[in-house]
This record gives sequence, structure tokens and C-alpha cells, in this order.
Amino acid sequence: MSVGLTHYLLLAAVLFAIGLYGVLSRRNIIAILMGVELMLNAVNINFIAFNRFLPVSDLTGQLMSVFAITVGVAEVAIGIALAFRIYNDRETVNVDELNNMKG
Amino acid sequence: MNFAVINTEIFILALGLFAVVMDLILPRNESHKSIGAVLIFSLTAWLLYMFTMYTGPFDPTLGFMSPDRYFTKTLYIVDNYALFFKQLFIVAVIFTMLFASDYVQSVLRYKGEFYAILMLALLGMCVLASANDFLTLFIGLELMTISFYILVGARMSSKDSSEAAVKYLIVGSVSTAVMLYGISLVYGSVGSIQFFEVCRNPHLFYPTGIVGITLIMVGFFFKLSIIPFHMWAPDVYQGAPTPVTALLAMGSKAAGIAAFMRALYVAFPMLGMYWLPILSFLAAICMVFGNIMAIKQRDVKRMLAYSSIAQAGYMMVGIIAADVAGMKAVMFYAMLYVFANVGAFAVLSVVEAKKGSTSHDAMSGLSQSAPVLAAVMTISLLSMAGIPPTAGFAGKLYLFTAVVDQGYLWLAFVGFVMSMISVYYYLLVAKAMYLGKGDGDKWVISGAMRAAVVLSVVATILFGVWPEKLAELTNLAASTFLQ
Repeated sequence: MSVGLTHYLLLAAVLFAIGLYGVLSRRNIIAILMGVELMLNAVNINFIAFNRFLPVSDLTGQLMSVFAITVGVAEVAIGIALAFRIYNDRETVNVDELNNMKG
Repeated sequence: MNFAVINTEIFILALGLFAVVMDLILPRNESHKSIGAVLIFSLTAWLLYMFTMYTGPFDPTLGFMSPDRYFTKTLYIVDNYALFFKQLFIVAVIFTMLFASDYVQSVLRYKGEFYAILMLALLGMCVLASANDFLTLFIGLELMTISFYILVGARMSSKDSSEAAVKYLIVGSVSTAVMLYGISLVYGSVGSIQFFEVCRNPHLFYPTGIVGITLIMVGFFFKLSIIPFHMWAPDVYQGAPTPVTALLAMGSKAAGIAAFMRALYVAFPMLGMYWLPILSFLAAICMVFGNIMAIKQRDVKRMLAYSSIAQAGYMMVGIIAADVAGMKAVMFYAMLYVFANVGAFAVLSVVEAKKGSTSHDAMSGLSQSAPVLAAVMTISLLSMAGIPPTAGFAGKLYLFTAVVDQGYLWLAFVGFVMSMISVYYYLLVAKAMYLGKGDGDKWVISGAMRAAVVLSVVATILFGVWPEKLAELTNLAASTFLQ
């Protein structure tokens, strides 16, 4: 059996779903950021697989994944900085405790 | 590469770097208002200069693909539509800095960074308005949202601020991932991410393509806080520093609308007939629930968050019309919404600095403490509700006539009834300000703040009684877009 486009797409879909599940089910901010990171990496697999297997002449997919990686890193860096601030303020990084504002 | 096309973006980036350098040079205990003043003056000058960049009505000898509007192929387009939205963002940022200078000086710990990141957010909005390719769109969107994550959390003394920033970050990054997944599926079915290529390619209608478009739309709905993807908006609006809330409501939302309209009309025009019923349904839900949930809010900032969800619904009405009149109405409404928001949030930032809260109790008796601010707040809220002779009336008139011409009478009816309901909760604030008992001492208002509120009210009234020039400008931008 040779590994083709479908396998990569399935892998990406499964990764994306796992990431989304992680974001929705985990209560720790760091774990949620890991889930986001999984979702972004699923997208990168998608882009690179399409670029490799489809008859396109340029490298748009790979270019897009490079940008996606960069943006993902920026997002997670800010996320971790904010997690530090939350920990300083409340001595917890559990998102269920973040309920000052309601309504 | 035609660098002359992106001179606005280069200028804004230079201003942002200038703010960083000045922050390092200025001594720590020196006032940082001077940075804001320099940025305000240079942006105002550039705003006036941008009027010379508009190109006239379509000239057939030039051809559709005239190269002097594009930066590197069709990746980045600067047409009248993009120019109008860039001017709108610059106006929004100028007003924000004008009324934020006291707030920044007294409340925020990192003052120079605030201005620098504000400029980067503005840069992201400008890129978004010009994006003609999903890569550019993604970068603009992220530049704007990541800057906003930082700005929302900028108030170090407040627990609410960091809570709002984390909530915004989690929801924002998930919606980014969803949107990127959609882009990757569209890329997979079409083989390109340029809007012109995507719209031409019949493979877009493969199942992957349809799923991709749906995910991209969901990503946009998150960013525009359309119900049912709105749950982050009230918390973020309430927790963020007041000037940032103002910019979120007017700049970030308008930038999302600008990119959404271009993606919808240029990249996916063929899907219009499937999407318009769904969009009209979502617009109706936004108008109904945004207004109803705003009624019971006791915090004015939170109330304005729900009201901004309703305003997004009104602007969707113009998008649904999907013709020149509809686009014109959306742009007109986005512009006057900036002025109404500046008035309301400038007053709120004063109240928050004096009383430490923005609830109805904190607003009570404002007419004795600061009669000008109370009047400005009332006029701005009436403009949001669409009462003549304020600009909101003209804007809603354009929106609803555009959509009625396309046969969506029920949508205009919903919008009309909901505008009437919105008057109730806007007037509750006015009631607290004029009939409530205050502590009776007079407030001293700084010159910059006074300039911001007076200018915004003058603009609100002016565009209400004499909308002709702004309507002409939006008409030019809209009519040269759809050709």
C-alpha cells in the first residue's frame, strides 16, 4: 500500500479533531494552547500534502504553511505570556476560574 | 513589485517603529503624550493626502487589471474600496488616540508600547482591506488580532483585563485555525489561493471546496461576532481598556466586514444564492438577540458589546443586498458607526477613570458633573439607535432601502422593529445620566478629550443632516469595486 493524498488528509482531519477536542475539554490554559497548536499543525499537513500531490506548478501551499507556523508561534507566545499574568493574578491557570464577568 | 502602491502601509509601519524608538528615548517619568500627539498629527496629514489617491469612475481604456493598483501580481490590491476602508481605520485610530491619551498616561503601565502596537493593529486592518488573496487576508487578520490580544490585556492593574485577553486569545486562535483549515481545503480543490483564480475555477464546487468555504465563513463569523459565534464579545469588550474596546467595536469589526465583503463578492460570487438565505437568517438573529440581550445589561460597556453585535447584524443586511447600493450603505454605516462609538466610549473612559466602573450607577448624575459629556453620550447613543437628525438615521435608511430593493422586505422590517427596541436601552443610560443623583462635583475635562467628543458629535450631526459628500465617496468606492 502506498501512502497517498487521502492518507495525509485523513491524518490532518484526525489531528484537527483531536486539537479541537483538546481545546473544548481541557481546563488548563497551557493544554488549551497545545490543542490550538495541534489544529494549526493539521492545517500545515493539509497544505503541504495538497502542494505535493496536486498538479500545481508553484509552492503556494508550502509558503502558506511557513506563514501559518510563524503566526502560530506568535499566538502561542502571547498565550503563554497571558497565562503567566493569569497565574500572577489568581494563582491558577484553570479557565473555569476565569468568571469575573458574567451576564 | 510596485512599492508606490503600498505607501500607506509603509508609512504606518514607520510610525509604529517611531513609537518604539521614542519610547526608549523618552525618560521613564516623562509624559508619553507627545508620542500620541506626533502620531495623531502625522496620521491626520496622511488621511488628507489619501483623498488624492482615489481614482475616478471606471475608465475602459485602462482595463480591469491596470497594474498600478496591484502590488506583486494580484496579491494585494489598492482600489477605491480599500482606500475608503483605510481612511475609516485611520479616522478610528486618530480618534482613539485623541481620547485615550489621558487614559494611557494614568492607567496603563506600558505607554509607548500601547502606541506602537496600536499602529501595528492599524497596519493589519489596512492589509485586510486590501487583501486579494487568502495568504494576504490571513496575514492581515492575524496582524490585527494578535495586536488586539496584547492591547486587550494591556491594563496590568486589572484582573478583568487579563481574563478578557485570555478569552479573546483562545476563541481567536481557534477561529484562526478553523479558517485556515477552510483555506487549505479551498486550496486543495482549486489549486490556488488568489481570489480571481478561486472564483473562476469550477472545482470549487467539489465537496472539499464547499466544506472549505463553510469553514472560512465560520472563521469570519467568529471575528465579526455574529450570533451564534459571539460568546467572546461581551466579556472581551467589558474587560478590555476602554479605548481598546472602542477600537475593537469600530476598527476591528469594520476590517472584518471589509475583508468579508471582498472574499464573498470576489472569491465566492457563484455561491451567493446558497449563502444569501443563511446570511439573511444570521443577520436577523443578530439584530433580534443582540438588542434583546442588551436590554438587561447594567454595565454600559457590556451593553455596547451586545449593541455592537446588533450593529454587525445591520451591516450584514447591506452585505445581503449584494449590489452597489448595499455596499455603499455598509461603508456609510461603518463610517458613521465610528463617530457614534467615539462619542460613547470617550465618555465611558472618563467615567471609568473617575468612578472606576461603567455601570448605570456610575453614570448617574453625569449631566451635573459634566454636561457636555452627557450630551455627547446621548447624541451618540441616539445615532446608534438611528434617530433623526443623527447620522445613524441616514445610514439605516440606506441599508434598509438597499435590501428592500432586493426583495428582502421582512429583513428590513425586523431591522426597523429592533431599532425601535434598541431606543429603550439607549435611553435608560440617558435617564441615569439626566435624572439620577450624582455627587454634584464638577469634572475637569482635558482639551484632547473635549476635541474628540466635540468632533465626533459634529460629524454625527453633520452626516445626519448633510450626508451628500460621504454618500458620494462611498458611492464611488462601491461602484468602482463591482466592475
